[in-house]
Amino acid sequence: MARVRCCTDLDKTVLTQNFDKRSWCSVSPDEDWNFYWASVVTVRSIFNPSNDHPRLTDNQVINHFPNHYELTRKDLMVKNIKRYRRELEKDGNLLCEKDDTGVHKYLDFIPVTYMMPADYNLFADDFRRDPNHTWIMKPAARAQGKGIFLINKMSQIKKWSRDGKSIPAAAPTRETFVISKYIDNPLLIGGKKFDLRLYVLVTSFKPLKCYLYRLGFGRFCTVKYISSSNDIDNMFVHLTNVSYQKQSEDYNSIHGGKWSIDNLRLYLEGTRGKKLTDRLFDEMCWIIVHSLRAASAVITSDRHCFECYGYDIIIDDNLKPWLIEVNASPSLTSTTANDRIMKFKLINDVLNIVVPNGDIPDIRNKFANSAPEVLGNFDVLYDEEQACCELNDKDYREQKARGGIVPLISKTGMALNKAKQSSAWR
Amino acid sequence: MTDKVDEKLKQTFLNQTQKIIISTGKFVADFQSLLKTIKQSDQYEYYQHLFKSTQVASFDEHKYEIDYLKKGQSAWEKRIVKSLNTMCSEVNLPLARQRNENEMRSVRRHWNELGHICGDLNRFRPVYSAKDFLDVICVLMNPNLKIDESIWNCGLIKIPLVTKSFIEIKNLYSDLRPNLIQYCSDETFNEVKEEENIKLALQILEKKSNLNAAREYAKRGCPTSLRGKLWSSMLDVDLSNWHVTYFNYLKQNVIDYDLLVDSLYFKDVKLTAVNDDQLFVFEDYLYQVLLLFSRDTYVQSCFTSSASGCQPARSFIKKKIGAEECAVIYPPSGIIPFYGFSMLVAPMCFVFEDPVHLYFIFRQFYMKYFFDLHHISASPNAIVGLCVLFESLLRQISPDLWFHLQDIQVQPLRMAFKWMMRAFSGYLASNQLLALWDRILAYDSLEILSLLAVAIFVLRKGNVLTVTSESAVEAIFSDISSIKVIPLLQFILGH
Repeated sequence: MARVRCCTDLDKTVLTQNFDKRSWCSVSPDEDWNFYWASVVTVRSIFNPSNDHPRLTDNQVINHFPNHYELTRKDLMVKNIKRYRRELEKDGNLLCEKDDTGVHKYLDFIPVTYMMPADYNLFADDFRRDPNHTWIMKPAARAQGKGIFLINKMSQIKKWSRDGKSIPAAAPTRETFVISKYIDNPLLIGGKKFDLRLYVLVTSFKPLKCYLYRLGFGRFCTVKYISSSNDIDNMFVHLTNVSYQKQSEDYNSIHGGKWSIDNLRLYLEGTRGKKLTDRLFDEMCWIIVHSLRAASAVITSDRHCFECYGYDIIIDDNLKPWLIEVNASPSLTSTTANDRIMKFKLINDVLNIVVPNGDIPDIRNKFANSAPEVLGNFDVLYDEEQACCELNDKDYREQKARGGIVPLISKTGMALNKAKQSSAWR
Repeated sequence: MTDKVDEKLKQTFLNQTQKIIISTGKFVADFQSLLKTIKQSDQYEYYQHLFKSTQVASFDEHKYEIDYLKKGQSAWEKRIVKSLNTMCSEVNLPLARQRNENEMRSVRRHWNELGHICGDLNRFRPVYSAKDFLDVICVLMNPNLKIDESIWNCGLIKIPLVTKSFIEIKNLYSDLRPNLIQYCSDETFNEVKEEENIKLALQILEKKSNLNAAREYAKRGCPTSLRGKLWSSMLDVDLSNWHVTYFNYLKQNVIDYDLLVDSLYFKDVKLTAVNDDQLFVFEDYLYQVLLLFSRDTYVQSCFTSSASGCQPARSFIKKKIGAEECAVIYPPSGIIPFYGFSMLVAPMCFVFEDPVHLYFIFRQFYMKYFFDLHHISASPNAIVGLCVLFESLLRQISPDLWFHLQDIQVQPLRMAFKWMMRAFSGYLASNQLLALWDRILAYDSLEILSLLAVAIFVLRKGNVLTVTSESAVEAIFSDISSIKVIPLLQFILGH
């Protein structure tokens, strides 16, 4: 059996160690490769139609979808989810059910968001209706908390737009920002704010097949959360990004402010009860599935591609999860020893699924179902091919005993009432 | 335990009353006149004492009182008080002082983030560690026992205490036999049974005075979502307004006074829990609980009821050293923390969110169980007994491992001691640790700590047998975080 020829343009030990473990041989990107873990920039150029890059062969697999940004750019994600909602509404899908106040029961999972400057007027109207709320401004295409600030006065947004115009040379095409309602009632644990980082592997968008990783974690702020409007400039209180919190003097380099999702579950079940905790974890699964389905309408489901997303979710004090953003290239840099082990396992499990047996991949067999043993810490989150058929009780129990989840979305959306066929995390 | 006490109390009361009535020779018609008779008799004080002492102490309180152990504890107690006093003069701070207005305001403002008031901790160091304490226990010896070093090559502890045999341990923990289903752990996940099990717990919790039922239930494990209620029931903590008042009284005490031991607690949390990837989020809860705890004089009753019969050592008001009337128990709780003390509180934060509830659960848990983990006495449930039990079980269950270790001159207790002294907190995954603590409460005994420590040794026996140096053995046991407690206990009990 020939060895897999792999390459990467990222200098990450968790990747190279996993390649070495499989005795794959490293080649340069210009050579003939079978597996490429590439940066988004590289992938963009590979799939650029004007590029004379040779077409990928059946034995080549790469780690991003050509237009993943439909999901991972903050503005496009919001746009796609809004469209998804509209389309379901048009179909009269039961998923669009609203409560008495006109809020979606199942599909209200992203904070109210507007594009800036395009939606400025819409935002201004909304702001005037509830002038006490804090909003958060984020550059649509940047990561790691860069360029983010909070506002609670109209004057601040005016100043922002003035500053932008005053230096037209520096920003010829004004960077797009999104402005979202700030979740000002986050769930606090030990008085501190946190968000969740969950890893989701997508091997295909049409039909959608995705996996959820069990070893997600919460990222804690180093400073006590105070929801006072005076404190909106201290970003250590508000931003949970590790790359940001690292600069704080209270940053702990042993655990890096990361708390495993198992511990979160243990804590919530102990203090809030099993019912609420189960519901929360169910809802998080649904958020992921809905967002992927929303994107699947526009994403080119190239058969050579797979992608491992980093989902950022914030839980509010009513135990309702909110999707904040999706990252196409979740950090593979390890901040702590445990982090390194977890990320090594993550890559290991991803490779086991997308390159079964470590053999030379063949995308014609891509949809062959992998046995539960090779999933490692991943669980099948949603498999569109199987979603139409209901699992019998025995299979369901087995899947559940493994900690897997099988959210079924039938065409009518009735599945939501099937509480028993929901997730069971470990 | 309480049941037994109540029974005995009733018996003593009845006997005594009978005696009084007979001695007075009067006819007692109703309860009122009975009370009057008792009050008038010279036995009244005895009655008072009887009822007071039984609140915390069992009747066999001094059954395990052994003189040389009492002396050992007393000397040790004096040593740590002295070491505290030395540190006090080194850092040039008083043991206790009243805060000024500004400081009080600051404490009040930072109540939920007390880490902010801790000041400079660089000059503080933990008063003693598990290793220091083990060294003390190792040199304790029965003066009547002549030890022939050439024969006595078995273990570190040279105290001839009788502990349970493996058979007796098996009987005690018969509900953990491998053929019985245990609930609430990943390994035995069965949805239908789990649901039934939760229903059963709810039924038990509905009834009042359900200590024994709760214990019987918890032997198979507590469901995460009901652990708080079951623990409260097993520890007999029924939260009321009184608890809130008492909590606030202690809180006011923290606001009013600055104690030197506060810095020790701060330091301990910063050295241990803050660096623990499972427990760091609870930092601020820990300060609250520990600072209150150090001021809670009720904790002193641990000493009165302890099997050693040893009193806490006293400190003296400045410049009045030796004057009996100026002797005070310091800190007010009588407990000087060791390195890792805060880890005894931290896992409880997974179960209790309300600081008041958390505090009283911890206090009760500590007084009933954890106190014995750093107090020398002959009770089989105290640390010396647990050490003896550990060595004897290991010898019984795996003699080849035991003799291999003796051969290469490695004392397994040196590794297991720190686990036991912290009741494994900080060494295991949180859910595993809580499952273990469930069983401490359910079986009303700490002996499970020795058993688990032995089980861990037996589990990794294969590796140990291949090495010949102490550092290599230490390396094998340096990380036990992957241990699954309940299956491992079942495995060892199946031997």
